[in-house]
Amino acid sequence: MLRITDVHAAYGPILALHGVTLEVAAGSIVTLLGPNGAGKSTTLRVVSGLLHPTTGTIEFEGRRIDRLAPERIVSLGISHVPENRQLFAELTVLENLRLGAYIRHDRNGIKEDIEQVFHYFPILNERQKQVAGTLSGGEQQMLAIGRGLMARPRLLLLDEPSLGLAPLVTREIFQIIKSINHKQKVTILLVEQNANLALEIAQHGYVLETGRVALADTSANLQRSESVRRSYLGY
Amino acid sequence: MELFLQQVMTGLATGSVYGLVALAIVLIYRSTDVINFAQGEMAMFTTFFAWMLIDGSFLGFHIHPLHFWIAFALTLVFAATMGALLERIVIRPVEGRPILTIVIVTLGLFSIFNNLATWSWGGIPKAFPAPPEIHVTGITFFGDGALDIGPTVISYHDLTIMVVAVGIMLALYVFFQYTPIGLAMRGTAQNPVAARLMGIHVGNILTLGWALSALVGAVGGMMIAPLVLLQPPMMMGVLLYAFAAAVLGGMDSPPGAVVGGLTLGIVENLVGTYTTEEYLHVDWFGPEMKLTAALVVIVLVLLIRPTGLFGRRALRRV
Repeated sequence: MLRITDVHAAYGPILALHGVTLEVAAGSIVTLLGPNGAGKSTTLRVVSGLLHPTTGTIEFEGRRIDRLAPERIVSLGISHVPENRQLFAELTVLENLRLGAYIRHDRNGIKEDIEQVFHYFPILNERQKQVAGTLSGGEQQMLAIGRGLMARPRLLLLDEPSLGLAPLVTREIFQIIKSINHKQKVTILLVEQNANLALEIAQHGYVLETGRVALADTSANLQRSESVRRSYLGY
Repeated sequence: MELFLQQVMTGLATGSVYGLVALAIVLIYRSTDVINFAQGEMAMFTTFFAWMLIDGSFLGFHIHPLHFWIAFALTLVFAATMGALLERIVIRPVEGRPILTIVIVTLGLFSIFNNLATWSWGGIPKAFPAPPEIHVTGITFFGDGALDIGPTVISYHDLTIMVVAVGIMLALYVFFQYTPIGLAMRGTAQNPVAARLMGIHVGNILTLGWALSALVGAVGGMMIAPLVLLQPPMMMGVLLYAFAAAVLGGMDSPPGAVVGGLTLGIVENLVGTYTTEEYLHVDWFGPEMKLTAALVVIVLVLLIRPTGLFGRRALRRV
């Protein structure tokens, strides 16, 4: 579904990706692991078009997307839930969800999808009219994921959904990510610091180190790998 | 008491115009952090456009003079187009540059519009017609004369200004609150990067912001012109009050701009009335100081609430 081939990318003079190659199969959950600054978030940014690769190609469903603008890419079926959530802090929960569906014009479908988001995250239903900036961290993350779903993506890019959240809330959110993938057939590319949790729900994982893919394997093999266990799983 | 009420009414009318121009300033500031110093001159320029249509002398050609409200509507279209083109041609190339660069560009626009108007139409003040009368179910709106509202009277022109200003503000409220594009504009103002991820074409939204802002300013210009006479420097005073109104209201809050404008209009009129020798027996303060008085009010408010009455962000830059 998504194929990234030898992608280099830079922020001004600073190189962030030195030839990343990875693949995400339709219907799967793939996770990107690695230390801070390894290029995980940058990889998501080049896919959603926020950053253009200097060289290399990105194909989505067989079509080159590496030169397209983000507003174009979202309408092709890729939703990016960015680092730090990036909500519209002074808009209400409902308005945030509506903006998530900005590219769509099917009123009834949008209504159904808002109900669907409320079904996954009942707390958001209670807080519909509340301004996003006043939500708790967990609620904000739920809203960010919900807003990402409102575009009806076939591929969802999730950047650190566990960041700053209590373990229980994190567990809950990961269960929902799993069921989004399972029930709605949304393919997911997940960047996560919490490697244990990520490998539990993903089928494949890539370990990035200093802008390169250091290791790529099935989740089961990565969980067994000595070096991954020592560096990222903590046992 | 009657005099007091009458001054409040007049203050509300001129305050509505300050509010409209302040609204125009806020519309651009909150989405781009740019303070458009040319806002008043743009309004003046579009008011000249309206005058040409009404007067029947379009760019030196004789045309059939148009009815006030038809000219009004055409001017709104002209203003919106002009605003959009300015954003595309003049502002877009300096986007992302240091804020001071952009401010200098708007100052440049200020003198371009001012000079262009003086060159085209000369510096001699022209009478700008007040909107003609309309009769709705036996009540007269607009035109000359005044409406008796119990304890005081209000001139039809002041009433017109208020009705039009309230109409524009309501229309903007509905637009921002209930339409997808309005929602997209609010979202873009808060988080342009997230807006792009939602599929919003941020460039188009900024162009639309300038168009809307020029349109709102044009309404302000056409409403104040009958009172101050149409001439190139006619918006200078208004712009000062409008800036003050926007700062008082909180710079990023449209309702704040309106409330700020109305407050300033009333303060200006009351100070202008009650500080004459007749009421205030001192020789160091008088009606000439009304702008100072209005600015003192603002300084006091900002000392207590640095973000303005309705603002959320603290003011920074410029």
